[in-house]
Amino acid sequence: MIKLSHVSKTFYTKKGEVHAIQDVSLEVGKGEIFGVIGYSGAGKSTLIRCVNLLETPTSGSVFINGREVTNLPAEELLQVRRKIGMIFQGFHLLKTATVYDNIAIPLRLTDVNPREIEERVNRYLRIVGLEDKRDVYPGQLSGGQKQRVAIARALAQEPEVLLSDEATSALDPETTESILELLLEINKTLGITIMLITHEMHVIQKICDRVAVMEKGRVIEQGRTVDIFARPSHPTTKRFVNSTYQEKLPASLVRELSQSGPVVRLTFVGESTGKPILASLGNHFPVSANILAGGIIQLKQEQIGSLVVHLSGEPQDTASAIAYLEEQGVRVEGVEVADE
Amino acid sequence: MSELQRFLESRLPIIGEAVVQTLQMVSISLVFSVLIGLPLGVLLILTRPGNVWENRLVYQVLNTVINIIRSIPFIILLFFILPFTKLVVGTTIGIKGAIVPLIVHAAPSIARLMENALLEVDSGVIEAYKSMGIRTRHIVWHVMLREARPTIVLGLTIAVINLVGSTAMAGLVGAGGLGDLAYRFGHLRYEVDVMYVTVFILILMVQGLQSVGNKLAAKYKRD
Repeated sequence: MIKLSHVSKTFYTKKGEVHAIQDVSLEVGKGEIFGVIGYSGAGKSTLIRCVNLLETPTSGSVFINGREVTNLPAEELLQVRRKIGMIFQGFHLLKTATVYDNIAIPLRLTDVNPREIEERVNRYLRIVGLEDKRDVYPGQLSGGQKQRVAIARALAQEPEVLLSDEATSALDPETTESILELLLEINKTLGITIMLITHEMHVIQKICDRVAVMEKGRVIEQGRTVDIFARPSHPTTKRFVNSTYQEKLPASLVRELSQSGPVVRLTFVGESTGKPILASLGNHFPVSANILAGGIIQLKQEQIGSLVVHLSGEPQDTASAIAYLEEQGVRVEGVEVADE
Repeated sequence: MSELQRFLESRLPIIGEAVVQTLQMVSISLVFSVLIGLPLGVLLILTRPGNVWENRLVYQVLNTVINIIRSIPFIILLFFILPFTKLVVGTTIGIKGAIVPLIVHAAPSIARLMENALLEVDSGVIEAYKSMGIRTRHIVWHVMLREARPTIVLGLTIAVINLVGSTAMAGLVGAGGLGDLAYRFGHLRYEVDVMYVTVFILILMVQGLQSVGNKLAAKYKRD
């Protein structure tokens, strides 16, 4: 559906060249929800703008539905953009127009006939759950409601792809949830492909099928969400994954326990989630496992179990216990203590 | 009582005529200066560095010309462009002769206030419309000018009030108007009552314009 091939973007400023994105290649399949995560300044915003050519890549190619769109003449570019909806962190609605007009005006300007406009506005207002707000001005709406209007505006163009530029970053946690639910529903019922960028791992966790992690303009890791959560390899990815764990163990406790054996985080995915591996550990090795914390991360499709465990025993025994756990498909990782 | 009656009888027609002249000058020159200033303001925005029609040359030339004209006081401009006035309307006196310099004086200011009003429009909204594949001319009209309406109206109110002030000087080319009347009767003939009435009418006019402007701006402003 969307394919970026070796895309780079360099900005030439007075202070010199800024390499916003460097040699990024990725592919978003039809009907997929694809997330790009990175800290601010990683280049994800520039990246998503390259998809609908709000930014022209310095080099590389962008393909939409197999067709290269990087160097299209202006008129054709307009047509391509009409098939790609976009929503933003700042909503970007007309302040001087009612909710109805905010959705209808772009349709009028793209020559949709009046009866069809009326029909579409009503349909998409219903989908986003704002039928009763059609004559209200955006100034009277909450952030979440504004984003819903923006989503309805994007959907009313009946796009094949929806780009989301930090759409939930300005919203409170509860509203974020409801907007994410809405995006999931749109993806499922309308079959719209969604590409989103975010700096919140939670968003990836909740709705993304696949994810790319960006840092300093490059994609440092990409794959299925479950794999990234289960086996993050790059340190930045690990930081993002760790940010989803709720529990924070006191550093002093971890240090103290480490005297008598390693404190490790065990991550269970798929089959290993169901097996009583930890319980049987004591039968195999002279090692006792003491659970310090634990939880389950609910991804879009799967669950990932996570336990922080203190393994007490002789060093060689705990080492072979860890090896055994890894054999069983459990990911084992030492718990790092942040120095205060 | 009879004194007031005599005053009204003798001076009312002159005052009425002056009001009409002022209104004529203000309205005609306003229409033309908006017709010239609005597109110039839009052009200033679009040719600005980083915008769709980015063009350093056009932007700089326009910018400089506007600044030059704006720095000439109206009373000087009035005589400075006499040949141009003659060329355009065939005369340099009367209402016709005053309207050309009024337009030349007001249009650049209106271009500037349009530019400022349009600059205030949230660039995100413009980007959103761009992302929807909307043509530039539609974005200018349906997004930029629409969103800027409250600021434009308030700016135009100031421009109209300035025009009312400028018309006072138009008397120098025999165009008449309220300012001219106040000057001739109040200063040259020392008939202060005519001057008082004129000034009073001018105050009413400015007050009226300002409150119409405020109301209109509030109507357009929806947040």
